[in-house]
Amino acid sequence: MGFLDTLLGRTKPVQPKLDDLFALPSAAVTLDAGAGFKPTGSGSVCFRPVEGRSFSDVQKDVQELLNLSSHAEGGLPVEVSSDDYGFTWLVSSRMSDELEALVTDLHAVNSSLVDNGFGPQLLCTLVAFTDEKERRLALIYLYKRGTFYPFAPLSGERRNNALELQVQGVIGSDLKWEQDLARWFPVWGAPGL
Amino acid sequence: MAARTRYAPDRGLTVRMTATMFLLGLVFVAFVAAIIGIGTAYHASSAAIVLFAVVLGGGFAIGSLFYSDKIALSTAGAREVSPTDSREAARLHAIVDRLCALADMPKPRVAIADTDMPNAFATGRNADHAVVCATTGLMRRLDNDELEGVLAHEMSHVAHRDVQVMTVASFLAIIAALLVRIAFYGELFGGGRRSNNNGNALPIMLILMLVSAVVYAVSFLLIRLLSRYRELSADRSGALLTGQPSALKSALTKVSGRIAQIPTRDLRTAQPLNAFFFAPAMHLSGQSGLANIFSTHPSLERRLAELDKVQQQLGRTAG
Repeated sequence: MGFLDTLLGRTKPVQPKLDDLFALPSAAVTLDAGAGFKPTGSGSVCFRPVEGRSFSDVQKDVQELLNLSSHAEGGLPVEVSSDDYGFTWLVSSRMSDELEALVTDLHAVNSSLVDNGFGPQLLCTLVAFTDEKERRLALIYLYKRGTFYPFAPLSGERRNNALELQVQGVIGSDLKWEQDLARWFPVWGAPGL
Repeated sequence: MAARTRYAPDRGLTVRMTATMFLLGLVFVAFVAAIIGIGTAYHASSAAIVLFAVVLGGGFAIGSLFYSDKIALSTAGAREVSPTDSREAARLHAIVDRLCALADMPKPRVAIADTDMPNAFATGRNADHAVVCATTGLMRRLDNDELEGVLAHEMSHVAHRDVQVMTVASFLAIIAALLVRIAFYGELFGGGRRSNNNGNALPIMLILMLVSAVVYAVSFLLIRLLSRYRELSADRSGALLTGQPSALKSALTKVSGRIAQIPTRDLRTAQPLNAFFFAPAMHLSGQSGLANIFSTHPSLERRLAELDKVQQQLGRTAG
């Protein structure tokens, strides 16, 4: 924030950075080769809904758009759910080898929100992975930072920090990682995970 | 661009805040000019008094800015919590986490004050040293959406650097208040002796005291006005951040209604923190016009009306 904004008590809403999302498919290949985690095929976009007609119209349009494209390719319809903190999650489910299509779906949500001026409402995008031992892992993309971080939930609101750091090491420079560990915030019970 | 129009700044508020700060600056310049005038015209020793007041006042201001987080936390009886401490702490942390990710802010420390008075505050000299604190009374009364609205308001205070801005703004008032006191005691104890040597000593002290008193009164009112505008802009930014002005409105209504019913026992400890509270603990009967100009927070009606504007702005269909 600039000096003038501080002086006048204004906050400019932070616009999301979208492009880095497309680094996911190649990182997934590295992750599979290095740690044995494969995508489950489900991913979700989390955003803060805005009250009023305008936003609900946009959200409805996005859902219809995604349902149309997944229906044409024989996929499942998009699920909508909201969490305890008032955030909405749009969950897209694809086959596990269709990561490219999944990322395209997620990007469609992003771009419609941004086009309608609701870009600042985007919180994060999550793509789920699992390995042979059924361990759960998510790669989470923070829109405002344009960075990724891993999230490996265990039962009972604990997280497997060792696995998270291992995953970061395995994928290495294929993804732009969030360097500030304080921002690796947990998303317990996130839909699609 | 659509995004620009939807989150446009409130021009009226910007203009009023700029005018207030301009007036504060004007008072400051006039004050300095008056003191230089007094010093050069009559007596060199008044310059030493002023210098003393500036150093003392500056020390106060820097000290309170530097230790604002510690002072506020200990005054409120709050303790810092980590997410694993309790269910309530985990809830607070989860909300703050999401808000920080939405606003792209570094995460502040999170504290809980164990009191039934429903309130929240944010303090700290900058975003890296910020603390956000909620009382247990607030967390019990509000649901997640409302609590998020209140915390977004507090985080906007951090983003706007309100602690810094208000410290700089009050600096002048602190010095003026110190000068009133010094001049008053100088008058009382040193006046007789000096009037033997120099016939001018008595009126100089008197003039210094009068000028300082006037400056103090005027800047006090302006600071309060500025504080009310900062509250309104924090409301606005908070509501834009969460996209839910109505959640903040319902939180405000709940909290303001309850605060009026709380007995006054806690007030002496709560009063110095008022400027950074979500809703003021001291109720100077927000309705009447005269009481309004002394209060640190705008009236509930005013805040609700401003949030209505945000609501309309967000609901407008793009195009």
